Amino acid sequence: MIKEIAKGMAFTLKKMGQTPITIQYPEEQKPVSPRHRGRHILHRYDNGLERCIGCELCAAACPVGCIYVLAAENDPKAPISPGERYAERYEINLMRCIYCGYCAEACPTEAITLGPRFELADYRRERTVVTKAELLESWPGFAEGRGPASPVGAGADQTGREDLDPGVKPRAAWATQEKSLDHQTAPHPGELGLPIDVPTVIEPGAGKTS
Amino acid sequence: MIGPDDLWWVLLIKCGVLIVFLLTAFAYLTLAERKISARIQLRYGPNRVGPFGMLQPAADGLKLFFKENVAPAERDKLLYLVGPSLAGGAALLAYAVIPWGTNSWFGHIFHWDIAHVNVGLLFILGVTSLGVYSLFLGGFASNSKYSLLGGLRASAQLISYEMAVSFALVGVVILSGSLNLETIVSSQHGLWFVLLQPLGFILYFTAAFAETNRLPFDLPEAETELIAGYHTEYSAMRFGLYFLGEYINMVTVCSIATAVFLGGWLPLLPWPPFVWIPSPIWFLGKVLILLFIMIWVRWTLPRLRYDRLMNFGWKVLLPLGLVNIVITGAVVALRA
Repeated sequence: MIKEIAKGMAFTLKKMGQTPITIQYPEEQKPVSPRHRGRHILHRYDNGLERCIGCELCAAACPVGCIYVLAAENDPKAPISPGERYAERYEINLMRCIYCGYCAEACPTEAITLGPRFELADYRRERTVVTKAELLESWPGFAEGRGPASPVGAGADQTGREDLDPGVKPRAAWATQEKSLDHQTAPHPGELGLPIDVPTVIEPGAGKTS
Repeated sequence: MIGPDDLWWVLLIKCGVLIVFLLTAFAYLTLAERKISARIQLRYGPNRVGPFGMLQPAADGLKLFFKENVAPAERDKLLYLVGPSLAGGAALLAYAVIPWGTNSWFGHIFHWDIAHVNVGLLFILGVTSLGVYSLFLGGFASNSKYSLLGGLRASAQLISYEMAVSFALVGVVILSGSLNLETIVSSQHGLWFVLLQPLGFILYFTAAFAETNRLPFDLPEAETELIAGYHTEYSAMRFGLYFLGEYINMVTVCSIATAVFLGGWLPLLPWPPFVWIPSPIWFLGKVLILLFIMIWVRWTLPRLRYDRLMNFGWKVLLPLGLVNIVITGAVVALRA
């Protein structure tokens, strides 16, 4: 018995001298697996055109109904995607998403994949609904989770952590999209035969009046 | 002769200093426990609050103060409060007679301990046994089966090991011929009792683990079987008092072991530079080494089964203690 106790004590004493293997998370980060299923990414072709053609197959495949796609006709002179249509709005409710990857499987153009980002917490519930501006591949290396070399386009503020500020303000990227949206012709999500709780970005305080 | 020790305000200051010291020791023992356990398990331990997590005890203490006191509705209202108060009180009380050292200042002998009682060892044994009441009353008053089982185990274990502790100390009492802790320490000049009583020291230190409810003898609060034993139903600062009692008891048993076996405040070797270091520092250093060993053992050894704990106490420690007494007594009698 004495021998075993001495052996155990010597072992723990030896372990005390070793360097801890803990990764000090916010400061040190382990690279995620290339197959990690984190926050979604909307990809582009190499020529800059968006891969998404607004077919809504991802929304249909989603088991929890967290994807909302609003398709619009491409202008043939200045197309946004190579297809007939493109996604005017593309929103994912991250509170609902179960990160199953069915959307990526359903996508005919490999436009949506699940990426390496996993720090998705926010102080405000509304902001966990991510918009197309945040999902779209906006710079080289976006899909690998790298920050922008130089910020390009809407949603380039991914690495700026102002979204940690709990103050009430609509996302800048969303505000610009909101203005470009044609409220006259764009149907309300409920009219498209989609469940009424399909996530849309809720303006803070808007719920009281409607 | 009326020395500075006997002035009432000196005593008050000593009490204040000692309480502050013990509470700080408690706070930083919890941190040390977590840090050492973390390093054994290749972790860092608390390192977010302050540099190296040094303010972690303050954060923990604040949390304990502001937490809600959840108490079972069917509790015994009076005893439920007596339990934790006794745990903290008994642990603090035992420290009154621990000899920290003596200094000669301005022609007066200055004692660092609060009370130099001539039966100090007996006083400590008596007061630390009071701790059993806190555990048992707490477990009983909670009116919960886990608490009751923990309380019962605590009383059985502590009473059994109290015997082993006392028997281990008798050898030293025979050698020094006194129950006064100061005399015991002074009689170790040149030769510490750990060398004359190695068996006694091992017996005492082993039983001390059981007395303080620490692994491998932490049966009264065995998490896997009893949730948290006698303090299952305690929360916030009431739990904090049990916690405090346990850690201050650790300091107390290590201090007794230091005073009785490791030469108390006496320096390692009786010549410079060792004698330049003040006596309380020597005392504190020895206590800290013993505390480290206690924490180290806790994170190495697994918990004993309850029947084996009792067997070990009654069938191994107690007979060995008796053998130690007989041999010591025989040797002292033959040399006289």
